[in-house]
Amino acid sequence: MHVELIGIHKYFGNVHASDDIHMTIPSGAIHAILGENGAGKSTLMKVLSGFIQADQGEIRLDGKPVIIHSPADAIHHGIGMLHQDPLDFPPMKVIDNFLVGSPGKPIPNRKNVIRSLEELQKEFDFTIDLNAYMDTLTVGERQQLEILRLLWLGAQVLILDEPTTGISAPQKVKLFDTLRILAGQGKTVIFVSHKLEDVESLCTKVSVLRRGKLVGEVEPPFDIDELVTMMFGKVVSLGKRAVVEQGQAILELKHFSVEDYRMRLSEVDLQVHAGEVIGLAGMEGSGQLLFLQTCAGIHRPITGQLMLNNQDLTGKSYHTFVNLGVRYVPASRMEEGLIPGLSLTEHFVLAGEQTKPFVDWAASEKTADERIVEFNIHGKPTTMVEDLSGGNQQRALLALLRTPLSLILMEHPTRGLDVESSIYIWSKLKERCRQGSAILFISADLDEILHYSDRILVFYSGKVSPPLNAMETTVDQLGQLIGGKGWPSTGSWQPAEAG
Amino acid sequence: MTTDSILLGLAGVLAAAAPIIFAAIGETLAERSGVINLSVNGTILLAAMGGFAVAVTIDNLLLGCLAGMLVGALVALVVAFSSITLRQSQVAVGFVLALMCRDLAYFLGNPYMGLSGPRIPSWPIPVLSEIPILGPLLFRQDILTYLSYVLIIVAWLWIFKTRPGLILQGVGERPAAAFVRGANVNRTRYLYTILGGALVGLAGPTYSLSVKAGWKGTISGLDGIGWIALAITIFGGWNPIRVAFGAYLFALLQWLGLVLQPSLPGIPSQVLQVAPFPLMILALLIVNIGNTEWVERVLATLPESARKLIARLLRSLRASPPASLGVPFEQE
Repeated sequence: MHVELIGIHKYFGNVHASDDIHMTIPSGAIHAILGENGAGKSTLMKVLSGFIQADQGEIRLDGKPVIIHSPADAIHHGIGMLHQDPLDFPPMKVIDNFLVGSPGKPIPNRKNVIRSLEELQKEFDFTIDLNAYMDTLTVGERQQLEILRLLWLGAQVLILDEPTTGISAPQKVKLFDTLRILAGQGKTVIFVSHKLEDVESLCTKVSVLRRGKLVGEVEPPFDIDELVTMMFGKVVSLGKRAVVEQGQAILELKHFSVEDYRMRLSEVDLQVHAGEVIGLAGMEGSGQLLFLQTCAGIHRPITGQLMLNNQDLTGKSYHTFVNLGVRYVPASRMEEGLIPGLSLTEHFVLAGEQTKPFVDWAASEKTADERIVEFNIHGKPTTMVEDLSGGNQQRALLALLRTPLSLILMEHPTRGLDVESSIYIWSKLKERCRQGSAILFISADLDEILHYSDRILVFYSGKVSPPLNAMETTVDQLGQLIGGKGWPSTGSWQPAEAG
Repeated sequence: MTTDSILLGLAGVLAAAAPIIFAAIGETLAERSGVINLSVNGTILLAAMGGFAVAVTIDNLLLGCLAGMLVGALVALVVAFSSITLRQSQVAVGFVLALMCRDLAYFLGNPYMGLSGPRIPSWPIPVLSEIPILGPLLFRQDILTYLSYVLIIVAWLWIFKTRPGLILQGVGERPAAAFVRGANVNRTRYLYTILGGALVGLAGPTYSLSVKAGWKGTISGLDGIGWIALAITIFGGWNPIRVAFGAYLFALLQWLGLVLQPSLPGIPSQVLQVAPFPLMILALLIVNIGNTEWVERVLATLPESARKLIARLLRSLRASPPASLGVPFEQE
């Protein structure tokens, strides 16, 4: 389907979120909408998918002007949107999830639906059990299902919002294959992203947005530096690898085994030194989160020892870990990290040392002001945390960590952030390393793992690799290990195979 | 005790459970859509009084039942309007309504205290009622008890097997996702809250025209049933069949309390009357025990096979509430 956006304007209060956008996307294209956070990508796509209406401008599908009233209306017109966090129903079965809101008789014929879905699955080489429960699936699988569902409803235009966030490397390959098949069938794919490498390897054309305006359109071969300049107005790169001198052992794991109802990680031995960064790589749900949370004192190891600064903490409470300078920073910023409804100042008060029964608000506001400047948070002491953008929330979370700390455990430290914010976050984390902290972090972004870690642990369905030297590991090697290739079939790990 | 008297007693249990089934399944429908109607206890009392008053005054049982349903629907409308349209706290509004409706029932019901009124006759189903054991147990009841059987099955089929039922689940689980799929979230919530309220209302006349016929004000013995119905909705994991099981269990416990009294003279009668309530709490605990971490830790010490069995059993019992229960929906 041939999509045209003509002079789209959208205002939110004083913010001009879409400023006179003209765009033409022919069928068969894989068209990227590139831009940093807040560039107006989401607004434009919400207009196209019926979530919001443009204040001015026109949408034409195959040359015909249309007015799209709602997301359900959009799908009638053949436009389907895959949201970053797939909008599905976690406790339901896959098949029921498909049927919610689908057209047809009041009592659906499940057998027929299952048969037609199985056929559709085969087309894309998907192998999802339609009788499984949604909450047992990974984000990547849920995405595949949403794509199937939208196609099943007759989508001709598929909008994908940051689809490579939170999925594993092999799933990304699969997703890209799928999108190429769809484009080959004449469907229109719109790929919203701030990830240059994804755009480069997949897309047939790129539209770059900055502050609500369309700053340019580029066709392959792409010049990455040019795209970056268009996105940010200046050039940024990941920069040189920061080298931090390592000190004494902070965390020591001896014959360490952890277990939950799904899996068991056995006999891990690890020594982490002050100033060291350890990246935990693996597909989501491969055991890395269980490992990280056990190091944080949230779960107890079933066997083995956990030593922190030569002190045995095995089986001690989370509270003890916190008191001894261990901090766990969860991935869900608003759910577990920050408290919606409280201001930045109130957060700093809560995170600080509490000695007196009454809060000295004047002093607290001053501290908050200092931290806001130090961490480059775009907000005031009185700003509510939910009003901050993702990058600012993440910086606020870091600003809340007290000094000095022994061990920082992070889950997806830069997920959903643009390049500049990510670089900033890591510069702050490396500063912590220089002050003597050790860091363990989980990430689905292989470049992030390779660039910022000193050593890497790979997790694959409950197996843990020995620590790999990040300087000597390539993206390909890491990707294969994550996908389960190159592991010894029996017996102990051969260092040679680790590359 | 003879077999016949036991059968008669158990048949009585099925009849006594009917109003609890109406109330708890009505509440299940409302909560599945994401709205908690906490007024159940007051609604049942007011509907019992109202239904009885109408039935006595114009001597019509059907209109009595409909009056009770109307009372329930109107109270639910207040809950729906204040929570969906005015975005007020469902818990606060529902709780106040629970207290207000109860007092209103006692106050407005004064003129009807102790009057002798009509009673829904039992209606044995031909042929079926002659089946040994099952006949006298299931099919020598009144129309409302039959209706309660039908409601269990229809509600279950509706929620889990039909497209509108799937939308109902979706609206309570993740309204944003349901909206994207074309559901009108707020209209769905209004609809099921009011429908659920009408079913809660039907529980009232089921008492005052059948199970405990008449209106006796504060000594009607109905106060508290509504709270039990709310607990059974949770205990039943928002699934009509499990909800019905909970209602039957509660009615059975109450009956056992009465039956066992003569054979256990050492125990004060009050203990046996109150026992069903703590037993229900115990049942709730057991059902939801799988959610706690210490159980996982205890399980970890058991041998592999036993642990797997118990873990699977606990997981099958475990039910999570609709994720958006009590949360208003705001379209972007």
